[in-house]
Amino acid sequence: MEGMYALCVGLLTACGIFLALRGRSFSVVIGLTLLSYAVNLFLFASGRLRLNSAAVLGESQQYSDPLPQALVLTAIVIGFAMTAFVVILAMRARADLGNDHVDGTLPKQPGDTEQKNGGNA
Amino acid sequence: MNSLIWLPFLPLLGTLVPLLSAHLSRTACAFLTAALPALTLLLVLSHAGDIFQGERFHAVIPWIPAIGLDLAFRLDGLAMLFAILILGIGLLVILYARYYLSAKDSIGKFYAYLILFMFAMLGVVLSDNLIQLWFFWELTSISSFLLISFWGHKTEARKGARMALTVTGAGGLALLAGLLILGNTVGSFSLQDVLDNGDLIKASANYPIIVVLVLLGAFTKSAQFPFHFWLPNAMAAPTPVSAYLHSATMVKAGIFLMARFYPALADTNLWFLIVSLTGLITFLVGAYIALFQHDLKGLLANSTISHLGLITLLLGMGTDLAAVAAIFHIINHAIFKASLFMAAGIIDHESGSRDMRNLNGLWKYMPYTATLAMVASASMAGVPLMNGFLSKEMFFTETLHQASLGSLSWFIPVLATLGGVFAVAYSMRFIHDVFFNGEPINLPKTPHEPPRYMRVPVEILVAICLFVGIFPSLAVGDLLFAAANATLNGPAPDYSLAIWHGFNLPLVMSIIALIGGLLMYKNRAHLFKFQAQFPASDPKLVFESAIQWLTRQSQALIAWAENGSLQRYVFFVLAFAVVMTASSLLKLNTTAGQRPEIPLDALSITCAVLLCISALATVIWHRKRVVALITLSVVGLIVSLAFAKFSAPDLALTQLSVEVVTVILLILALFFLPQKTPKESSPRRIVRDLSLASLFGGIVGTISYALMTRPLDSISTFFTENSKTGGGGTNVVNVILVDFRGFDTLGEITVLGIAALGIYKLIARMRLFMPSADGNGLAWSEDRHPMLLKVISQSLLPLALLVSAYIFLRGHNMPGGGFIAGLVTSVAIIQQYIAHGVEWIKTRIKFDYQIMIGSGIGIATLSGLGSWVFGHTFLSSWFDYFYLPVIGKFELASAMIFDLGVFLTVVGATMLILANLGQLTTSERPTQQEHE
Repeated sequence: MEGMYALCVGLLTACGIFLALRGRSFSVVIGLTLLSYAVNLFLFASGRLRLNSAAVLGESQQYSDPLPQALVLTAIVIGFAMTAFVVILAMRARADLGNDHVDGTLPKQPGDTEQKNGGNA
Repeated sequence: MNSLIWLPFLPLLGTLVPLLSAHLSRTACAFLTAALPALTLLLVLSHAGDIFQGERFHAVIPWIPAIGLDLAFRLDGLAMLFAILILGIGLLVILYARYYLSAKDSIGKFYAYLILFMFAMLGVVLSDNLIQLWFFWELTSISSFLLISFWGHKTEARKGARMALTVTGAGGLALLAGLLILGNTVGSFSLQDVLDNGDLIKASANYPIIVVLVLLGAFTKSAQFPFHFWLPNAMAAPTPVSAYLHSATMVKAGIFLMARFYPALADTNLWFLIVSLTGLITFLVGAYIALFQHDLKGLLANSTISHLGLITLLLGMGTDLAAVAAIFHIINHAIFKASLFMAAGIIDHESGSRDMRNLNGLWKYMPYTATLAMVASASMAGVPLMNGFLSKEMFFTETLHQASLGSLSWFIPVLATLGGVFAVAYSMRFIHDVFFNGEPINLPKTPHEPPRYMRVPVEILVAICLFVGIFPSLAVGDLLFAAANATLNGPAPDYSLAIWHGFNLPLVMSIIALIGGLLMYKNRAHLFKFQAQFPASDPKLVFESAIQWLTRQSQALIAWAENGSLQRYVFFVLAFAVVMTASSLLKLNTTAGQRPEIPLDALSITCAVLLCISALATVIWHRKRVVALITLSVVGLIVSLAFAKFSAPDLALTQLSVEVVTVILLILALFFLPQKTPKESSPRRIVRDLSLASLFGGIVGTISYALMTRPLDSISTFFTENSKTGGGGTNVVNVILVDFRGFDTLGEITVLGIAALGIYKLIARMRLFMPSADGNGLAWSEDRHPMLLKVISQSLLPLALLVSAYIFLRGHNMPGGGFIAGLVTSVAIIQQYIAHGVEWIKTRIKFDYQIMIGSGIGIATLSGLGSWVFGHTFLSSWFDYFYLPVIGKFELASAMIFDLGVFLTVVGATMLILANLGQLTTSERPTQQEHE
């Protein structure tokens, strides 16, 4: 089970990083979301995997490690706040700059006609 | 020894005096300025008796002793010798500058800089702590910069000052590195500890690095080859500065450093090779160049370089007697060179020129000054009965008594004699070319004797030259002995300061130097002709072009590395992270640890496959944004299932509700963003990013696997044991959040609140246009709020709020709590927004989400502060059990109030973000059509 779990964490990390390296803000947001899944799973697993042993006293014989869980819980909420901030920033950037590229300008490509954006109405 | 602390700080106080008294007459200003340095000099001299007896004074004011930072001063023979030179010559320079500076120059500013330099220099020689020594060292570079650039309207003053600061400042940085390594090697930054541990240092593997770095500092400061070029260019400074800094004191700081660390660093082959060869080359190069200078100060500057080389050579030889000779020459050179600079300044001042091609026959006009200059020059040349002769004689003796170059050792005395020949030749030129040799040519003014008191400093110095030259033991015997003891950190060897040692080889060398020098000067026309064949090169231009080249290169580097593309920066950061983590993973021998793995089951495999497929699908279809969003939400769902599976119900609930909110948020955002991502990554970039991403994923997966298969020694048993008894709850995760680590949670909800407010501000002035059709060009549906959705969501609302309240209340003992309840409530309210639209909600729900966030954080903070009232620490919780009819036994805990704060902040923040974003769709819409 641990091997499969690690595989999933690794794959999510790889997918997240690949998307985070893309040029358009929405892809980056999606990538960061995937990456934060991976990070949360990773941190959670640092308390080791256990079945049927929720850290609620009296409910089971053994308890899973509650500390990483508490940390990941707040990380999930903060992750949401971060995602929201980045998304809104991306929207604002598009509104102010007229494109949704993370560099703020569109890359020059041969034969590419300048993309029209009506950002500033 | 409190008065020791005052020694450097009296002059620091003294920097204010000239500034405050500048409005008085120039003479008054000069006298007032001189008062504090004079007092300091008396203080130093008051210790002379004890110092000559071999005592040593320390004074320490601890600052951060744990890392070796103290304000520590020491006074021993070497420090006292330098302190006397600094203060004594400083006082003479103050008097001299009073007459040298014109009425146009701001004398207050000049004196303030000069005293600042005096303070810095005293700090260097009196420091008993390595870091402190370095601090004062750099202060001398800075004050020297201010003094060289005193006539800032002249371009050569600015360029010279910049050059001096660059060279000595860069050397200072090398010195800092060297001193830090030295201090770490010894384990103490106290100078005395370093001096006492010479053997330890020399045996250390760091020794070569320390020596090279410390010597870089010393050589740049003392203008040793190949860093000698800055000193002649610093001659753009007013002559009192040249006399003070660039002959007597600052350039001796490097020499001082070598003498100071002599017991700790010297006496190895490496030291001998670097120091003595550098000294020898500098000695010869300086002497040779000095002969061909036409500028009086240029000649003196290069002769200074040469003499500094001589002292360096002596310090490099490694014998105790050579060290004594070096110290003796430090004294003698400071005295005769300062007087020569002052004489040159008088000539410049009273004749308007420093060019020796125009200055001729001044004997007729200023015989008195001429006599003084001639005596000093004779000392520089090493004529008997002058102080320069004595130390030069000791120098010649020492060159004969070393064998470090093996069979080639005879080179050193021969080359030393050659340097002596040049020294006599340029001294002769200084005398003959200026005071005799025909008539002056086109001088701006008719030369005449200077004001009476401008000559006094020169007279005093020349008198000392003669006094030391004739009665050496009486004049400096004790001081030299004490300084030599301090330098060697042990007893000085026997030496004799007599004028006459019998007819021996060193005397022959002196005679050869004198006769050879006179012959060389007589035949100088041939030499000048020879020298004229070399292309003239101005070190200023070379230096400036080197600096400009460096600037261009760094600009090119910056332009390459920082081209403004965030995409590129992210790549760099990630690639660096890969290198850092991979390099430490290489040290891990086995991936799998000892901990047994949980067996696989069909359901888990199915979920994992689903997760992998959706994650890959998100990547593959990332340019179709809605599709990517759907596959992304599948990933999120499986992640929350994984939390549920592996005994983390709280996480599962949180992830699930956050997932809902995130997807709603992204869909709202997507409404305003392009629906598709254009294909613009080149195949090369895709391969590059894929490689990096796979590498990164592989590393993270490996770490995760290695971590999970190793046994865990967790601190969490403390939490499980104390959760019920200390925190009053059985859900340990929640108790950690609201009690054990409540302060963390308080910080995190604050961050959440700040993020929400930041988003609010970002949205507030956003001017986005509304797309009137979806990505495929289809118009939006007219039916904005379907009836079915309206009815169901409305009836679900009370139920959802009830569930939320339930989750909140049971949170302390069962999975749940403020975070989850807050998210569930938010989802319920958002559903109303979706079903009914913002306008409909606005009239019915009148919460101000900003106030909600504020009150949430406020309540959480107050519940923490409340424990202060009861005399407990911040955020200690209280709980007890009560009984009510019907409901039964229940628990009340102060942590619930804290959790209420969390709840309110989460609801407020989530709603502030989503409601405001959603509201954008209803604002007046620009009609412009978007083309994708």
